[in-house]
Amino acid sequence: MTAAIKTLNLNAWYGKTHALKKINMTIEENKITAIIGPSGCGKSTFIRCLNRMNDLIDSFRTEGEILMHGMDINREDPVMLRKKVGMVFQKPNPFPKSIYENVAYGPRIHGTLDKELNTVVESSLKKAALWDEVKDRLNENAFELSGGQQQRLCIARALAVEPEVILFDEPCSALDPISTSKIEDLMAALKEKYTLVIVTHNMQQAARVSDYTAFFLMGEMIEFGETNQIFKKPKMKSTEDYIVGRFG
Amino acid sequence: MRKFKGKAFELFCLTATLIALFLLALLLYDAWDKGASWLSFKFLNSFPSRFPEQAGIKSALWGSIWLMLLTALISIPLGVGAAIYLEEYAGRTKLTRIIEINISNLAGVPSIVYGILGLALFVRGLALGRSLIAGALTMALLILPIIIISSQEAIRAVPSSIREASYALGSTKWQTVKHHVLPAALPGILTGNILALSRAMGEAAPLIMIGALTFIAFTPSSPFDPFTALPIQIFNWASRPKAEFQELAAAGILVLLALLLAVNAVAILIRNKYQRYIKW
Repeated sequence: MTAAIKTLNLNAWYGKTHALKKINMTIEENKITAIIGPSGCGKSTFIRCLNRMNDLIDSFRTEGEILMHGMDINREDPVMLRKKVGMVFQKPNPFPKSIYENVAYGPRIHGTLDKELNTVVESSLKKAALWDEVKDRLNENAFELSGGQQQRLCIARALAVEPEVILFDEPCSALDPISTSKIEDLMAALKEKYTLVIVTHNMQQAARVSDYTAFFLMGEMIEFGETNQIFKKPKMKSTEDYIVGRFG
Repeated sequence: MRKFKGKAFELFCLTATLIALFLLALLLYDAWDKGASWLSFKFLNSFPSRFPEQAGIKSALWGSIWLMLLTALISIPLGVGAAIYLEEYAGRTKLTRIIEINISNLAGVPSIVYGILGLALFVRGLALGRSLIAGALTMALLILPIIIISSQEAIRAVPSSIREASYALGSTKWQTVKHHVLPAALPGILTGNILALSRAMGEAAPLIMIGALTFIAFTPSSPFDPFTALPIQIFNWASRPKAEFQELAAAGILVLLALLLAVNAVAILIRNKYQRYIKW
């Protein structure tokens, strides 16, 4: 097994708020790593460090290292990093353009030629299990799709730039149960080719889809291990309390 | 008692609205009553004259159109550029806050003050004389704060989730602004700009200040020609004692109002056309 991403003593601050405290974590390649924890525990902050999305916030700063192929991503160009580390957000956020344009946008800005775009769009939509539903209406506005379809479109859009890692920030919290289970099936299929990290409020979801689970509490990583172990035999008292629903 | 208070307040608001509408209608009626009989193609296509029957607004109309185009050319790139910088590039620092407060204050400065500035800076300082370009630069300064503020609001209304989606795909800042933020903000920006321009179209004070209040019997053919504009022609006629000139002024007002309404209608059309495509 190889590590896709490794964090070493990762600390993060929003202004004076210490949001992440000494996180040491290894994210395995071609696995799904889930991050659970109550609101405000730093789980979103953590995955937004992995594609440097937090750079957009003025008061944000980090210390420590995040290694990808042995290189510290904080010394890389964030634009190139985000091509390798894609992201799917909590609320589906398609561009107000056609379905086709939503998927084609990423490859186009990274230099894919127009004549190759059709293939990229088709294969990305197929990988996101959306092709059959939209193949006859590629020129319709993406807002015409249902919420679950929009979220799969966002996944297709992320896949189109051929990332290595895809970050999911509570991807199902705005979706109904049927759409949620479609996305979960999709994630299970995607891990053959990609490394996935998912932040979720839904513990059943973490237990269902992930191989590894990290439990965060107040900016610290309390426990990290195989999902089975975390859910069946947690080592720490607070992990157990959170999983059985005593708080959170 | 509580119900009565609510009713009384509603009545008060209704009265306020009715008074405003009534005054507006009265104004329109007055202008129409005096001026309508003077409206004709000849009126639009004749130069001013000291004989009322021969007087028209040709030079003023063309002056206003020239002035608007030049003002738009100067103020829109500057204003929209400043708005993009303030919203997308400048951080939320103390300095940007101070700049923004000052821009809001500038929007409230009386137009005559811009006239004084224009006179000192453009007419005399840059020695542009009483030319169209000096007038347009002055007008551009006058509406720049309004353009910046309304463009900023339009840009701010673009949800940050769209920016995040773009950055997450590996777009640069410029690509994000060009491909996503500006297209989404464009209807709002255009509406704001057109309304700002229509304000400039109706302003007389700054133009009087820079000395555009002269008898002009030709249409401008370059930005460096002297000019007159509709509000100034109206002011000129209205300040004469002869009754016919009062009526000519009213006719000028009707033309100016028609122009303003047309421009505002364009703004509304643009807004409605694009709003249908974008909903978050």
